[in-house]
Amino acid sequence: MKFKFRIERTPSPLWMIALLPVFAVVITFIISMLILQIAKANPFEAFYYILISPLSSRTSALEVLVKATPLILTSSAVTLAFASGYWNIGAEGQFFAGAITAAFLGTQVGGLPSYLAIPTMFVGAFIAGMIWAFIPAWLKVKMNVDEVVTTLLMNYVILFFLSFLLNGPWRDPVSGWPQSPTIADSAVLPKLLERSRLHLGFIVAILAIIFVWFILSRTSLGLRMRAVGRGKDAARFMGVNIGQTLFLTALISGGIAGLAGVTEVAGIHFHITDAISDGFGYTGIIGATLGNLNPFGAGLAAIFLGLIATGAQSVSRSMNLPVYLGNVVQALLLLVTLSIILMRNYSIKRVT
Amino acid sequence: MNLESFILGVIASSLRVATPLIYGTLGELFCERAGVLNLGIEGTMFMGAFSGFAIAYFTGSAELGILGALLIGALSGLLMGFFSVKLGVNQHVSGLGITLLLTGLSLFLSRVVFPEFRVLPSIENIPPWNPFGKLPWLGQIFQQYWLTYLLILILPFVWLLLFRTNFGLNIRAVGENPEAADGAGVNVYQTRYFALAIGGSLMAVGGAFLSVAQLGAFSPGIIAGRGWVCIALIIFANWRPLGVLWGGLLFGGVFALELRLQTIGLKLPYETFLALPYIVTIIALAFAGRRVTGPAAVLKPYKRE
Amino acid sequence: MYAVQMRGITKRFGFVLANDKIDFELIQGEVHALLGENGAGKTTLMRILYGLYHEDDGEILINGVPSRINSPKDAISKGIGMVSQHFTLVSPLTVAENIVLGFNPGLRLNPRSIEEKVKKASDRFGVVVNPSALVRHLSVGERQRVEILKALYRNINVLILDEPTAVLVPQEVDILFETLSRLRNEGLSVIFISHKLNEVMTISDRITVLRDGRCVGTVSKTDSSEADLARMMVGRETFGITRKDEECTGKPVLQVMNISAFGSKGLVALRDISITVCENEILGLAGVSGNGQAELAKVLSGLLKPSKGQVLLGDKEISRSSPAELTSFGVGRIPEDRHEGLVGELTVEENLALETLDEFTHYGTVDWKMVRANALGLISQYQIKANPMDATRKLSGGNMQKLILARALSRKPKLVIAAQPTRGLDVGATEYVRNRLLEEKKNGAAVLLISEDLEEILSLSDRIAVMFEGRIVGILNAKNATEEELGLLMSGAKEMINEV
Repeated sequence: MKFKFRIERTPSPLWMIALLPVFAVVITFIISMLILQIAKANPFEAFYYILISPLSSRTSALEVLVKATPLILTSSAVTLAFASGYWNIGAEGQFFAGAITAAFLGTQVGGLPSYLAIPTMFVGAFIAGMIWAFIPAWLKVKMNVDEVVTTLLMNYVILFFLSFLLNGPWRDPVSGWPQSPTIADSAVLPKLLERSRLHLGFIVAILAIIFVWFILSRTSLGLRMRAVGRGKDAARFMGVNIGQTLFLTALISGGIAGLAGVTEVAGIHFHITDAISDGFGYTGIIGATLGNLNPFGAGLAAIFLGLIATGAQSVSRSMNLPVYLGNVVQALLLLVTLSIILMRNYSIKRVT
Repeated sequence: MNLESFILGVIASSLRVATPLIYGTLGELFCERAGVLNLGIEGTMFMGAFSGFAIAYFTGSAELGILGALLIGALSGLLMGFFSVKLGVNQHVSGLGITLLLTGLSLFLSRVVFPEFRVLPSIENIPPWNPFGKLPWLGQIFQQYWLTYLLILILPFVWLLLFRTNFGLNIRAVGENPEAADGAGVNVYQTRYFALAIGGSLMAVGGAFLSVAQLGAFSPGIIAGRGWVCIALIIFANWRPLGVLWGGLLFGGVFALELRLQTIGLKLPYETFLALPYIVTIIALAFAGRRVTGPAAVLKPYKRE
Repeated sequence: MYAVQMRGITKRFGFVLANDKIDFELIQGEVHALLGENGAGKTTLMRILYGLYHEDDGEILINGVPSRINSPKDAISKGIGMVSQHFTLVSPLTVAENIVLGFNPGLRLNPRSIEEKVKKASDRFGVVVNPSALVRHLSVGERQRVEILKALYRNINVLILDEPTAVLVPQEVDILFETLSRLRNEGLSVIFISHKLNEVMTISDRITVLRDGRCVGTVSKTDSSEADLARMMVGRETFGITRKDEECTGKPVLQVMNISAFGSKGLVALRDISITVCENEILGLAGVSGNGQAELAKVLSGLLKPSKGQVLLGDKEISRSSPAELTSFGVGRIPEDRHEGLVGELTVEENLALETLDEFTHYGTVDWKMVRANALGLISQYQIKANPMDATRKLSGGNMQKLILARALSRKPKLVIAAQPTRGLDVGATEYVRNRLLEEKKNGAAVLLISEDLEEILSLSDRIAVMFEGRIVGILNAKNATEEELGLLMSGAKEMINEV
């Protein structure tokens, strides 16, 4: 007896929708298999190292959270922006703005106790992120310049600025390396658990998710943001000031991304170099998309992305595969998810 | 250095800097004229740079490298077509996804294909060709790679294709008013796919120019955001091939100028010069932004009712 | 003899019977008008002929041959072309490029050669166009000619025009009629959809009148008159009307003074409009859609800035006020399109609170209890079948409209702008909305009711203003007004109006 199926344009049943993320992951890994063939690597072994092995020990599981920390921050920043329909692709640059500020303030607050030094860095970084988001936001609101390109270009500008700092005033006088002076002890983010690198930044990241959730679901600004993002014309009819809403969204999003810079500088490296980001700003876009614009979803997605990032490192060590595999899998996950989300609008019905 | 050789040096350098930008922007021109914003350009140029380099390395032929990059670029365009034409998903996110994918994939493959090298080997870059030999001024300017000279043919060809063929008419119609085009019997989907494929190949060639022709090497920083500059340049060029030429030359000129200014001792940090093109682009966008109207159907996926 | 014959054409959309066994015949070489009010079924019938819809029942014969028309491309290949109200032109391209798009053989596109071809066609058909001009620089009349030539270029012999004069100024209308006459003399058959009696009497050879989806009859112009046609359109005896603009008694709340405005595409939509609405009054604004009502509603809702004129609310000048300001001044607005007044993805309670969000906000946070209470109260008060947490897009049209109503009316507005408030609603919802508006009026509000539904206008209004081609062509006292009179004003029937 043959079963024939027909695809109908009606919304999927709930159980199918819940399974969609699983489909996305499965399909992503099938495609990754093809890529791994080129590298002549055993795909199943690779999957083990990417997905399973990081969770197999306490240390590495905590490392997943460490890797996830900046991603959670950038993902929530981007989630906020996308919720209003503001395409903030500049999270990477805003991250660096925060990182530079943290690196600077970190060396200045030596005389302060930790409970003052650390918040100073975070506040400074938030403001720096906002500043870096200001120009594209202003251009968008006042001159209707598309924010995608402007935020992207700002990412490169700040990298050059950082390079200037590292090769100039911040160059290590002793070793000559382009790396900033080490931050003061009081600025170091305390560790949360021994024998791991998990630091206070993780708590800040969780708080950021809650903060974004709070803004979007509990504040009037958040309601306006969602209205602008989901129905600009209706929002205008109802009296929402579109320009002002977008502007605030851009700035807050920039600030949150800036916080991610602190977590890396003050939690992991204790100085800044131009290599401290593994594309956190861009991966944040992946996290926001995977999380379907829900801050908690974005947080979970960020942790999953952190898992892949950790796994990529263990794959690289154990199987001599390039660590870039992680970036490839993350990007694939984004594209596959984009395609799969459409399936929400279709159901498979059996034809009798 | 006297003024004469300074100016000549700047002009020669502008042409070099402008070349990948013009290729990339022409590529994006096809995509946007057909109604698709292709943010995969940065990744496509990157993949073009890598694949061109790798193929040139293994076959010993730079020309094959460029050709290979061209084909791979077409595939990238078709991939964008899958997301924007077939699925009709958000063009910003899918384009960025493609950039992330192609960039990651290129870096991944660069390590897989060249495992034994910590730093990738160089290949012999294409020797520049000088048709004017020792002629006083022209000889100094036209010390360029054949890909640059090729633009002399490609630019008019693109113009002809867009404005003097039915295919080009279809592209322009589809990018402005796909419903009207559909009603007139034009296959909107097919036209967009073709335009994206052509666009992708031009972008990839632009990337390959850098690795195969100019530098003879491949490194992670080889594209460094040029793709995004192309996105801005196309606004500046008002979506016309001639505008792309001027915009590319202008940008190339600004960049070449500041590099040269640096060598004659202008005491600004090196990075300022590097950052200036991007800053200039942002400013240019601010001015262009006011009167901008790109093809009206960009970002709107088309689904026949 | 007969270029087209349509027999027994029936078409349903859901519960609506748009075409009910309609017979229609087009003689070769005639200009045949298809006349009727909004919703009479004219456009539906022609869209079936042009292959955009499929008939549920009936048959079509082209030149005597039974035919199935599956798509516009099909229609064109069978010689039928249509120029509809929204133009299908690509504005940055030239006239010639637009005309040959999709119809130019070979690979190459030589501007001179296509311009020549187009010029030849233009001369042959007597449709004047400038082949090398860019469409975006053309006036509406010129664009329409390009659309017509585009169809003729494809060798059609039946041309359908859907309300072609809706966007034209009088001079352009004359040019169009000249062109059509010439084409008719050459042998082209023309179907001319319209609701305007005077034009139909000018240009047509024969006229078919549709009413409520049925064919009322076909007459030849020489045997008929505007009065006859009007009677056929509305079904009752019609007499001439005496027009004297009624003023309102009582205190004026809304004063629109000499407002002019441009609509989308840069065309003039409002020409020197002046009306006044007083307290305790419903002023009905009648008119066939497309005569400027939508733009007037937008101006009064703060979404469109007028190019000239003033609007006073009491003694406050509000022509340039924002939507938020208007709400705070006590203006309740009901948009023409529900979906432009509600964000579908947000919940019912969110949409109810958004217009006056500041009242639900303490220190930046939303008092959701208050929002919930507000929503529950309005839900019960306005009998909305929904829960506060439902996604608004899931609601039926009627319930969505009640949401909008609740939002607009619950704050006891001084002025209510209601644009097509019962469009697309079922009987029950329609009743409800109308009663609510009456209630507001009784409570002292000034209500501007913009509606295409004459029955609604007549039953609710105290005074009725009629809009035609962007102007107010008459203000009547509703007590004495009849559907026939309104119909005549709405159709621009000039010969039947005596100015007093």
